[in-house]
Amino acid sequence: MIEDISLTQILTVSTLMFFIGVYGFLTRKNMISMLISVEIMLNAVNINFVAVNKYLHPQALEGHFFTLFIIAIAAAEAAVAIAIFINLYRSINSIDVDDVTEMKY
Amino acid sequence: MNAYDYTLWIFVLPFLSFVITGLLKGRIKASLTGLIATSVIGISTVLSYLTAYKYFIVNKSTPYVAVEAMSTTWLRFSQMDVDFGILLDPISVMMLVVITTVSFMVHIYSTGYMKGDPGYSRYFSFLSLFSFSMLGLVISTNLIQMYIFWELVGVSSFLLIGYYYQKPSAVAAAKKAFIVTRFADFGFLVGILILSNYAGTFNFIDLTDPNGILITQPIGASFMGISVLVWALILIFMGGAGKSAMFPFHIWLPDAMEGPTPVSALIHAATMVVAGVYLVARMFPVFSLGAPEALGVVAFIGAFTSLFAAIIATTQRDIKKILAYSTISQIGYMMLALGVSGYGGEQGLGFTASMFHLFTHAFFKALLFLGAGSIIHAVHTNYMDEMGGLRKHMPATHITFLIACLAISGIPPLAGFFSKDEILVAAYQSNMTYFLVEYLVAGLTSFYMFRLYFRVFWNKEPAYKHTPHESPNSMVIPMVILSLGAAFTGFIHFSGFVTSDGAAFDSHIHWNIAIAAIAIAIIGIGVAWKLYASSSDLSSRISKSLGAIYTVAKDKFYIDEVYIFITKKIIFNLVSRPIAWFDRHIVDGTMNLIGNGTVAISYRIRKFQSGNLHQYAFMFGVGVLIATAIYLYFITA
Repeated sequence: MIEDISLTQILTVSTLMFFIGVYGFLTRKNMISMLISVEIMLNAVNINFVAVNKYLHPQALEGHFFTLFIIAIAAAEAAVAIAIFINLYRSINSIDVDDVTEMKY
Repeated sequence: MNAYDYTLWIFVLPFLSFVITGLLKGRIKASLTGLIATSVIGISTVLSYLTAYKYFIVNKSTPYVAVEAMSTTWLRFSQMDVDFGILLDPISVMMLVVITTVSFMVHIYSTGYMKGDPGYSRYFSFLSLFSFSMLGLVISTNLIQMYIFWELVGVSSFLLIGYYYQKPSAVAAAKKAFIVTRFADFGFLVGILILSNYAGTFNFIDLTDPNGILITQPIGASFMGISVLVWALILIFMGGAGKSAMFPFHIWLPDAMEGPTPVSALIHAATMVVAGVYLVARMFPVFSLGAPEALGVVAFIGAFTSLFAAIIATTQRDIKKILAYSTISQIGYMMLALGVSGYGGEQGLGFTASMFHLFTHAFFKALLFLGAGSIIHAVHTNYMDEMGGLRKHMPATHITFLIACLAISGIPPLAGFFSKDEILVAAYQSNMTYFLVEYLVAGLTSFYMFRLYFRVFWNKEPAYKHTPHESPNSMVIPMVILSLGAAFTGFIHFSGFVTSDGAAFDSHIHWNIAIAAIAIAIIGIGVAWKLYASSSDLSSRISKSLGAIYTVAKDKFYIDEVYIFITKKIIFNLVSRPIAWFDRHIVDGTMNLIGNGTVAISYRIRKFQSGNLHQYAFMFGVGVLIATAIYLYFITA
């Protein structure tokens, strides 16, 4: 069971997930894909929190609380982001990030 | 002490009048504002007479002591406090009487003189402001309070000189008066600070106490070989010289005649211009006992100015300018009398004489100006070449003007005779040169006054556009009242009231000097009669034969030109322009460099704000990596 998996292995997975997220964020043009990438990064962080809590400080609960917070906030953030995308789509008929370059010099 | 509580109203009432007439200007009828201002100053006059009666007769103390009718601490400092209050002593009570009387007369006169003027209400509100400031000045208990009111009279003088603000010459004159007096007031302020620094107080009672610290413990410090106390008093006198138009600050007063004539009568003849004399009299014990050198300066400036202005007065054509120079000359008399005076008892004759002359001069000079206003009102010109034979058309003006001319010339039994005699006696007892100068000035005075009188009222009538007529009653009545003052105030036993140390003494006429003075006055009148009573070209022939001397005097010794040269050529070029350059290029330049530099740099680096989200994210990632690397390799290692 889970006792057979070492902390290092779990951290490897989360690191992979994080950099997958970073790569997605930097390469994708579609904003929804970018949002998904951000969510992947957040979940990588959640895994880290839970794993470190479980393996290094089994008597504490802060890691779990933090994870729950992050999940809740990520949900709110997703809602806001989707709302922005919808408004953006209504005004410029696109959610391609390269088309949104109004805020420059 | 509380017997004098009501004295507060003497100067608060005109302030209320200023506020009311100023705020309701245009909402109530103009004539009503005149009525308010006049009746208010009337009440102040009654209160002042009551105060004089109570102070000199009912509550008489021998010697007279200064009474603080009211005093509150206004500013509290650790070292010394600045008070606000009312100080009653012989000279301030006398000044209250003079100011309210002349001001009341001028108010009544103005209701006739300014009738129908579009700025009628404005005029009366300014007049009330002036009365308030001047009354506040004389009852000040300390130097700071006096300085505040000193500036206030300067402002109201500025406003009233520039009353005809559409006239560029009036605006220029107002500015000139304000700048010149303000420049002199700078000296006053520095003097106040030096003096109070050493004395540890601003209050007049403590400063002028003969047993006070300032007089009994001479200040050791000196600057350029002259004691600091002398410097402080000379600087204070500089402020007084500016207000009183003493040489070399006299240049503003003749130009100030651009204001309405009643204003000239009130401010520039009877009250404000004697503020400098009052200031020196106020500080007199310090001058006399602490720093006789400073008093010597006062005497010299006074004597020089009186002669200088009298010479110019003999050559002018504008009747108001003649009166203005005459005022300067008479104030010079008062300054000289203070300068030659000693302290205490008979020694203080000069002090008494100066105050006496201030008192009588206020009446006859205000009367002369009101008469001049009446003449100008009738013939619509200031130049006496365009006048003549007015005695038939304006009998009341003629008689009152004659009384004033006789009074200023020192013909007995009119007021000027007594006060001038006391001044001459004081000068005679102190310094022969000053006596001779003043004696000569007495002759010049009667000459130029009667030159004016004969030229205007006798001589040949020019072709008037419309026949001149006598002024309305509202203008004649104040002149008649003032002429009574000019005729009879000389009989007041002045040395029984106003003396340098408060103790009354007996002064009597020194007939040997008096007769000589009367003689030279009559000579002056005779010469004026010979030259100007009928039209002859004798006067112009004499002025031609004097040649350059006459021209120089007519052009006022080119003092104005000297001022223009010094300011425009020397100060502007050598001081102002370098300072302006420094301000524009160094001070402003530093600020502009910072601003422009920021703009230039941001122009260069604005390409970073591409609006491309991927670029931002990439940079952010790179930045995090760099920061992490720095943290790992440099800080934790």
